[in-house]
Amino acid sequence: MSTVTDVRPPTGRFTELLLLLFAIAIVLVAYANVGLATTGSIPAGIVVQGSGLLIISLGLHLVIRHVAKYADPLLLPIATLLNGLGLVMIYRIDIGQGFDAGNGAATRQLLWSVLSIVLAGAVLWILRDHRILRRYTFTAMAAGFALLLLPMLPVIGQTVNGSRLWISIAGFTFQPGEIAKICLTVFFAGYLVQTRDALSLVGRRFMGLQLPRGRDLGPILAAWGLSVLILVAQRDLGSSLLFFGLFVAMLYLATERLSWIIIGLSLFVGGAFVAWRLFSHVQTRVDLWLDPFAPGLSDQVAKGLMGMAHGGMFGTGLGEGYPYETYFANSDYIVASFGEELGMVGLFAIIMLYALLAERGLRTAIGAREGFGKLLAAGLAFSIALQAFVVIGGITRAIPLTGLTTPFLSAGGSSLLANWIIIALLLRISDHARRPESERPIEKPRKQAKRAARESAEAQARAKSEADREAATADTAEVEHSADTHSGDTEAQRPQTTTTTIEEEKE
Amino acid sequence: MSELTLNVIRLGLLALLWAFVFSIVGALRADLYGTRVLTRGSNRRPEPRAAAKAPKQSRAQRQNGPTHLAVIAGSLRGTTVPLSEKGILIGRNPECTLVLTDDFASGRHLRVYPGQDAWFADDLESTNGTFVNQQRIDTGARLVLGSQIRIGQTVIELRR
Repeated sequence: MSTVTDVRPPTGRFTELLLLLFAIAIVLVAYANVGLATTGSIPAGIVVQGSGLLIISLGLHLVIRHVAKYADPLLLPIATLLNGLGLVMIYRIDIGQGFDAGNGAATRQLLWSVLSIVLAGAVLWILRDHRILRRYTFTAMAAGFALLLLPMLPVIGQTVNGSRLWISIAGFTFQPGEIAKICLTVFFAGYLVQTRDALSLVGRRFMGLQLPRGRDLGPILAAWGLSVLILVAQRDLGSSLLFFGLFVAMLYLATERLSWIIIGLSLFVGGAFVAWRLFSHVQTRVDLWLDPFAPGLSDQVAKGLMGMAHGGMFGTGLGEGYPYETYFANSDYIVASFGEELGMVGLFAIIMLYALLAERGLRTAIGAREGFGKLLAAGLAFSIALQAFVVIGGITRAIPLTGLTTPFLSAGGSSLLANWIIIALLLRISDHARRPESERPIEKPRKQAKRAARESAEAQARAKSEADREAATADTAEVEHSADTHSGDTEAQRPQTTTTTIEEEKE
Repeated sequence: MSELTLNVIRLGLLALLWAFVFSIVGALRADLYGTRVLTRGSNRRPEPRAAAKAPKQSRAQRQNGPTHLAVIAGSLRGTTVPLSEKGILIGRNPECTLVLTDDFASGRHLRVYPGQDAWFADDLESTNGTFVNQQRIDTGARLVLGSQIRIGQTVIELRR
């Protein structure tokens, strides 16, 4: 039905560089705008901080050039712009709350940004092939669960604002759930690649739907149980929704069976209904969703809505609104802050950036040549999209408000770190997906490497006995050898080439 | 700072944000990369670049030899893969040029490569073997136009 041809794609590194410089320019304009509007002068640190951001993101760009030449060129500029806009807004809210640049949240966020981008570069540098992660499928599961349950431990666990999500070690707080998100995506991808056939092919048909067997329901029930546990024990609606949604989406991607989505949704609706009846904190959230102006409840949602209404279509302009009036204006509610100061036009540009980021992730998944990479890329992209939807939906009252961070924008180091690692993984998978045949290093399983060693010994013996014949074809062999070295093949491929040259001569 | 300047910066920032979004979308237009899949009905030749490469092709190809492999039986029936100078790897591993979904195929099953005057096939020690015109092959089997290579339930033919 179709023809498969190998096209040499443009690497897109120049596009990436241009867009990256554009993104940094936008961030600097926004930063200058905040300074001009609040203090009447351009912030003193703009040269230092601006060049810092430039150097660190150009550094990542160079790392990509070096180790992931064919990676998607749009991921880095989008992530840099979102991160930079987040920094500007956090700085702006620091000013509004009366902090100066030294002791506010912005400096901390800047340090975390630097750390995260460096770490993303390190991940890209160390992890040369994402398929290695598949070996750690169940390690990732154990790590993910451990990280999720870590905040429930007595000493290091911390309850902040009613949710038990943080751990605190030596005065240093961290939200391990963010990293758990990545571990669990790796686990889901590895696990579903193994079991997708059983989950998609077996089962009875009922009303046009392929229903799974009872015993195949185990994993989805386990994921559901885990998300309910998070909801009850950690009182965290957002993570609970995120993990379960991620699992159901990846299950659907792996099996193409609509029945999994229906089963997942009905489990979720059932769980959510029971949680709503049983737990007061869920009830509060739902009441606030239905009527944000109800007296006696938190006025966070209402303040966010009023802020966005104040911003209107084009916003008040950075530094000219009152976003800091809302609680958590620089973390959970940063989207409302942007809505107020950049208006609907600006907020929609930000939503577009998320959509494009998710699109690049899904495009990477389509391009990936093997199931694990496909599922991992799609899962990571979906987690960013779902998280953005849950947060923005909560703030704009499309769904009840849940406490999740906005990817890249919110103040909070753990979230930033996790999201930059996601970008690094997507870059790695997209490099693998886009790299043309001729430049792809072929992975050798150990068994084949051994065989290759044996073959090379044999080939050498034969080559000796037929040395004169070999000499006649020296030029051909030379060409083949250089072609192989160019394609990055390891020792294993070369002996084969030598043998074939000899075989040809016999013909 | 005058009201006018601030307004200009405010609207300029929004314009810049959207300019960025549109330049990303513009870059997306060049999204045709990786393996290009052409439907058989569309009567296009693969790409002009293939024609430019033609002089570099081996003697085997120049003498009106086979130019591609066509799957004529099995789950991938109808798929064609152009023969390339580098050789073609066939098997179940995702790294292969032609990735088979055939339970009887090994991970790295068969290699097809150009020789001096013809195309050759090496069976890469596959479990269930490779048959060329009903003969089980080892390494260095010579292929001619119309040779049928059978791997499990998949049959691949050399075509012009």
